[in-house]
Amino acid sequence: MPIAFTPAEISETIRMIETENLDIRTITMGISLRDCAHNDVNITARKIYDKITKKAEKLVNIGEDISKELGIPIINKRISVTPISMVGESCDDLNYFLLAETLDKAAKEVGVNFIGGFSALVHKGFTRGDEELIKAIPESLKATERVCSSVNIGTTKAGINMDAVKLMGKVVKETAELTKDKDALGCAKLVVFCNVPEDNPFMAGAFHGVGEPECVINVGVSGPGVVLNAIKNHPELDFGGLANIIKKTAFKITRMGELVGREAGKRLGVPFGIVDLSLAPTPAIGDSVADILEAMGLESVGTHGTTAALAMLNDAVKKGGSMASSYVGGLSGAFIPVSEDAGMIRGVEEGSLKIDKLEAMTCVCSVGLDMIAVPGETTAETISAIIADEAAIGMINKKTTAVRIIPVPGKQVGDRVEFGGLLGSAPIMPLHPYSSAAFIKRGGRIPAPICALTN
Amino acid sequence: MDTWKENNNASTVQRVIVTVVGRDRVGIIASVSNLLAESNVNVLDISQTILQDFFTMIMVVDISKAKVSLQELQLLLKSKGEEIGVQIKAQHEDIFRYMHRI
Repeated sequence: MPIAFTPAEISETIRMIETENLDIRTITMGISLRDCAHNDVNITARKIYDKITKKAEKLVNIGEDISKELGIPIINKRISVTPISMVGESCDDLNYFLLAETLDKAAKEVGVNFIGGFSALVHKGFTRGDEELIKAIPESLKATERVCSSVNIGTTKAGINMDAVKLMGKVVKETAELTKDKDALGCAKLVVFCNVPEDNPFMAGAFHGVGEPECVINVGVSGPGVVLNAIKNHPELDFGGLANIIKKTAFKITRMGELVGREAGKRLGVPFGIVDLSLAPTPAIGDSVADILEAMGLESVGTHGTTAALAMLNDAVKKGGSMASSYVGGLSGAFIPVSEDAGMIRGVEEGSLKIDKLEAMTCVCSVGLDMIAVPGETTAETISAIIADEAAIGMINKKTTAVRIIPVPGKQVGDRVEFGGLLGSAPIMPLHPYSSAAFIKRGGRIPAPICALTN
Repeated sequence: MDTWKENNNASTVQRVIVTVVGRDRVGIIASVSNLLAESNVNVLDISQTILQDFFTMIMVVDISKAKVSLQELQLLLKSKGEEIGVQIKAQHEDIFRYMHRI
């Protein structure tokens, strides 16, 4: 029987994993908690705990088995659940803090490092439960270790709930204040979305959407280092050729996600949902989206041409990836979290990458202003205004945008914060000094854009 | 427990790619082959190159009748590799099939 693969192919795969940081970033099990509602919050909590620990009992072990047998690292095993605002809403006592603690306990019991879904969808308005959940976010993120929270404040179809935008500015500030002993780490676990996807496996924004099945396995793949090397090896190519190289590489990366997702689903007895083919950077050297943009020919990320380079990269990644998997979903594109990307950090420190350019970049890539540390004195209104700008970009361009911003108490421009691990470290970025308070004070709702009227 | 075998019809061939990389010396192939034979792992094909004293061997093996699971085999190969000063990996062929074949 002949060898089915050439030695070159085998060594290419091994090189991608060993030297270019190719990995499966996360296997995320989505679990519906809709059947856990009860009017007694203690019973709701018990049902949530029992369901998560039963469904995800083997998630971590099976993830590790697959990782060993295939020889590819699977970095994180995670869980996403139905937005807790809905699950807890039937309780007489709207004690969302207790439910956050329950999620944390369940996550620890099954050994996952994050659990997402302490969430509310309020793009058109608040229910009683939504409001109570949002109020409970700062305390919950302080008291728990593994719970991630997200709030959707706008959609293309509904417009932007500016009351929610205003409220989230305050929630971000309060979370920062309550977790100031850890450089406002709580804010790294809180995302404000517009057009949030319901099947995203990446934290901190993952939750299990209402249209999702009982239980599902979603996989997030990564591999900026692989794309970077592919580009570096072809300095002579024009953009057509470059796009082709990126597509081929994205295809190969995404196939890994497809394989792992299907195998995990089969072993866990759970349907395979989607592969999210995002280029998710890590602080590791060479595992950087900024480095890819610079390898295309930019002296430093953030300079003129950065938006075009990112647009091309993001599109080529999607094209290659979408051919590689039966089901592509989630955020799928390039992530540009500042603190988690060594190249982005360098760009900010050298002054080439500023908040306005980052905002422009979010128009053409998969998420938004992500993991940005700003001065502690930034007002709630300014944070709300930043959220509103991002949401407007998402709403008009019919795409997901998000804000994960960290106003670090006591820190100023020039300082740096260390979050550690995959969250990395961030230089404090300067913001515009002028006030947006009167704009945010108006409240109400920005109407759905004309492009929403498609029926 | 070999979950891969259970999930993928145990009667068919279970192909694993073994790669050996290290400085060339006498007896690398012999020691790896011996270990595989002791575990009842069938070698289907071998390709080997030496580039500037650097030894690279790729073996395609069938573990469907093996006495050990894939994970156990990986551990055996790893310690054998440490003993003879080379790096040995064993990976299920699916990872290569998914990446390089449509």
